[in-house]
Amino acid sequence: MAIEAYTGDGWLLTKLEQLINWGRKRSPWPLPYGTACCGIEMMAALASSYDMARFGAERPSFSPRQADVLIEAGTITKKMVPVLKRIYEQMAEPKWVIAMGACACSGGVFRTYSTLQGIDQIIPVDVYVPGCPPRPEGLIYALLKLIEKIEKDHPLRKKAIQLKGELQHGT
Amino acid sequence: MALKHDILKVLGNNALSFDESAGCLFVEVPKDEIIPSLKILKSELGFDFLSDLFGVDNSALYAKKAKKSKKDENNEEQADTLSSSLPRFEVIYLLLNLTTNKRLQVRIRVPEDDLTVESATSLWKAANWPERECYDMFGIKFKGHPYLRRLLMWEEFPAHPLRKDYPLEGMGEERDMKYEPEGTGHWT
Repeated sequence: MAIEAYTGDGWLLTKLEQLINWGRKRSPWPLPYGTACCGIEMMAALASSYDMARFGAERPSFSPRQADVLIEAGTITKKMVPVLKRIYEQMAEPKWVIAMGACACSGGVFRTYSTLQGIDQIIPVDVYVPGCPPRPEGLIYALLKLIEKIEKDHPLRKKAIQLKGELQHGT
Repeated sequence: MALKHDILKVLGNNALSFDESAGCLFVEVPKDEIIPSLKILKSELGFDFLSDLFGVDNSALYAKKAKKSKKDENNEEQADTLSSSLPRFEVIYLLLNLTTNKRLQVRIRVPEDDLTVESATSLWKAANWPERECYDMFGIKFKGHPYLRRLLMWEEFPAHPLRKDYPLEGMGEERDMKYEPEGTGHWT
């Protein structure tokens, strides 16, 4: 809905949750976490010919404090686990995670002592992108799927449930 | 083989055996004589650049060979000596002469019960990280190394993963979440 279409003094009626979701889904700022070849595809997706900024991923945020979507593109070694977990914990709510590529989804071809078998073992993942590496279109499709997910979210209801729980437990 | 000649001249009895593969010369020296040998090769023959240094675990290869020669019944004695007498590990030094562009591989054999090798960091600074990697992957300790710590795996990792008796998929080691004490500002 374009606000310019409404003229004069009037009312605009919507649900607060929908308004919040509308804002959130149009600015999923990504935190690029490229650890392998998927990182190159992610760069291509962010650069001019694919231009992920069209869907609101306007500015790749290299600080976890200002990012909404963690794009985990590449292999995660077990040595890297605390770093990834810490980066995720440093991100402010609301936050989402895209696991890009076979390695991030499941460990990929590296079924070895040094490789984490899928990042969902340590952080929650919203969208998985298969491929080795996936094309930039794949990542953009994942972002669109994530936007669909954000659209269906109930941020206030979640907050209410959380508050209720805190009241019951007296914290 | 002028190079072989020169090596024999400077190393003398320390050159235990020679081998050639893909136009590159191998020379085996005794484990305790490695640093003097490398020093002579560096100063006399001009091998002034250490390209790489790595370990090899030959246990699986020896077992395979022993099994193969046991099949030909008559070789039984030879098979037993092969699996028991040869030391398990090797450390290989890849040297390069930057003036003549000649390469040389120096090899020592390291038995499992004596895993200490003299460090080459006194001759080449470049030996620092490869020796740490070798220690990490095979458990070969380098005496005189300035900072012998694991290079690839994390500090608490209990095994040496490139040894042939270590399973490829690991033994379920996980790195624990460990926050550093307030204010140190770096990862251990």
